[in-house]
Amino acid sequence: MMNDSLPMVATTDQPGLPVIEVSHVSTRFGRAVVHNDVSLTVVRGEVFAIAGGNGSGKSTLLREIVGLLTPTAGLIRLFGTDSRELEESDGRPLHRRFGVMFQGGALFSSMTLAENVAVPLREHTHLSPGIIRDIVALKIALVGLPQDSAVKYPSELSGGMRRRAALARAIVMDPELLFLDEPTAGLDPMIADGFDELLLHLKRLLGFTVVMVTHDLDTLWRLADRVAVLGNGRVLGMGTMEDLTHSNDPVVREYFHGPRGRAARLQYAGTVLHQE
Amino acid sequence: MDDRKQQAAVALMEGRTLRCRGAWTLPEVAPVERVLRGMVWPSTGSLRFETSGIHAFDTGGAVVLHRALTEARRRGCEVTIEGLRSEYAQLISLVASNWGAVAADVTPQRNGIERLNASIRNRLAHIVQGLAFMGESSSALLRLFVAPARIRWRTCLNSLRVDGVNALPITGLLTFLIGVVIAYQGAEQLRKFGTNIFIVDLVGISLLREIAPLIVAILIAGRSGSAYAAQIGTMKVTEELDAVKTFGLSPIELLVLPRVLALIVALPLLTAYADVLGVFGGMLIASNQLNVSFAAFLSRFDEAVALRHFLIGIGKAPFFAAIIALVGCYQGLQIRGGVDDVGRHTTISVVQSIFLVIIFDAICSILLNWWDL
Repeated sequence: MMNDSLPMVATTDQPGLPVIEVSHVSTRFGRAVVHNDVSLTVVRGEVFAIAGGNGSGKSTLLREIVGLLTPTAGLIRLFGTDSRELEESDGRPLHRRFGVMFQGGALFSSMTLAENVAVPLREHTHLSPGIIRDIVALKIALVGLPQDSAVKYPSELSGGMRRRAALARAIVMDPELLFLDEPTAGLDPMIADGFDELLLHLKRLLGFTVVMVTHDLDTLWRLADRVAVLGNGRVLGMGTMEDLTHSNDPVVREYFHGPRGRAARLQYAGTVLHQE
Repeated sequence: MDDRKQQAAVALMEGRTLRCRGAWTLPEVAPVERVLRGMVWPSTGSLRFETSGIHAFDTGGAVVLHRALTEARRRGCEVTIEGLRSEYAQLISLVASNWGAVAADVTPQRNGIERLNASIRNRLAHIVQGLAFMGESSSALLRLFVAPARIRWRTCLNSLRVDGVNALPITGLLTFLIGVVIAYQGAEQLRKFGTNIFIVDLVGISLLREIAPLIVAILIAGRSGSAYAAQIGTMKVTEELDAVKTFGLSPIELLVLPRVLALIVALPLLTAYADVLGVFGGMLIASNQLNVSFAAFLSRFDEAVALRHFLIGIGKAPFFAAIIALVGCYQGLQIRGGVDDVGRHTTISVVQSIFLVIIFDAICSILLNWWDL
């Protein structure tokens, strides 16, 4: 009876259909070339990771996909719609379908945690305050925050709690698509592991597609179905983590075969064996 | 299926069956929620939730449905659910398993006396903190007199330029206009009595003794006091102040004292400059409206306006400066939270410093009156 793979929101889209199509995107800031002909596709239901070194344009690509930046050339389609339309007012139904968790949390500092999480509900629905309160409390419970933190302000929360609060705000509208910018950066290993588990758990429960930018190799091994490695403005390699470790590209090899890469892989292999 | 595009709806059939249809999702479920809130539930017996018509469901729909279920149970109904898809049932059980946490009311409830108590404690703590800050600043200032080499000349001079020199145009223009206004208002009355020459007394004494120092102080409180609060507050939010402390440096010595010293120097100078322009404004109107020539004005000025009026006005300025700079810096250091705390404390710094400046000025007036000055 329990079937995890069924989508919770019955729509006409089926699993395996592209949710995001990035085709031939180039980005230049002045004379600095960030992307040079980047193409990739994210399909429904997968966890897609964008990896790469510092300054490889990972976060820029994410910002372009969610419509905060416009690429110099090329086309980005989100649910089949040109992402440039996100800036226009009729892009709002599209905004409801995805949630973004920013790196620093980007919680509104003048609001309590509960008010922060309630913002999308207040803006996008006509629900009564009582129901909004219940949905907010549910989402706060789902990300594993204690309920008494709901009345606290972001400045009163620890870094890990702020990250969870940002996740609660990103998933409050039950988005089909969740963007995560460096979800585990700056968290201690224990909390980062917990965060990975939490993401997997919520993905099973709520059935969203995840696109994340990260260079946390442990997170990549544990969560990502497919990974695109950016470097020199191009996609250097794309596939499962196992595929990428056999890549011929020197940068990708270095990325995954450095001491940290090997350690993360061994640890992942260990957990898989342990579970079996 | 024809109910694909159906809106979320709910209806009570024959008093025993609740038919739920349509997309029970966050953007669509609001009308259903309104109907359910006004629903008259049967008080006893069985109630059937017919849910096979729900074709889209998310946590929002689950919360609404779960609330309806608990409400019906609370009224004493025997509730059964029929036709709910298994993946939707999972969402319902997800909501149910977290309902304990959801239903817990976490808003702290305090009665009137507790609130009063908290607010009094809060205020007392503020007074104590303010006094502590005054003490710290004074002792740091005394230390500087012992070891003047530790004065931060660069910050001091920079502050002198930004808060003194750059304020010249605006203070000059404002006091000039104030001089014009006072002379205009006085001219009307003085002409009635034919005592035109007393315009000199009116403009000279009121400007030099009271108005120029006050106007300059209020202007600088808005211009520099607020800037101090915002600068120091932002440094606090971005942990720059903590970095300063880890170098073994004192934020008071590094940030507060240079600003206080610079303003104590700048404000009397600005006041003297404002005096000149204010009197000049009055002089223009006197010659224009009252036929008091510049020469007559200036010779009368010598007799009528005693030196003490100028000295009292200038003498108050350093105290105003200390109040403005200390309040601004203190409010900056009080900032704890984030962005909007900066705005709040900046506003408080301006209001508080103007308030204290006027109080101080009033006390001065009373005391000087007692001493017949």
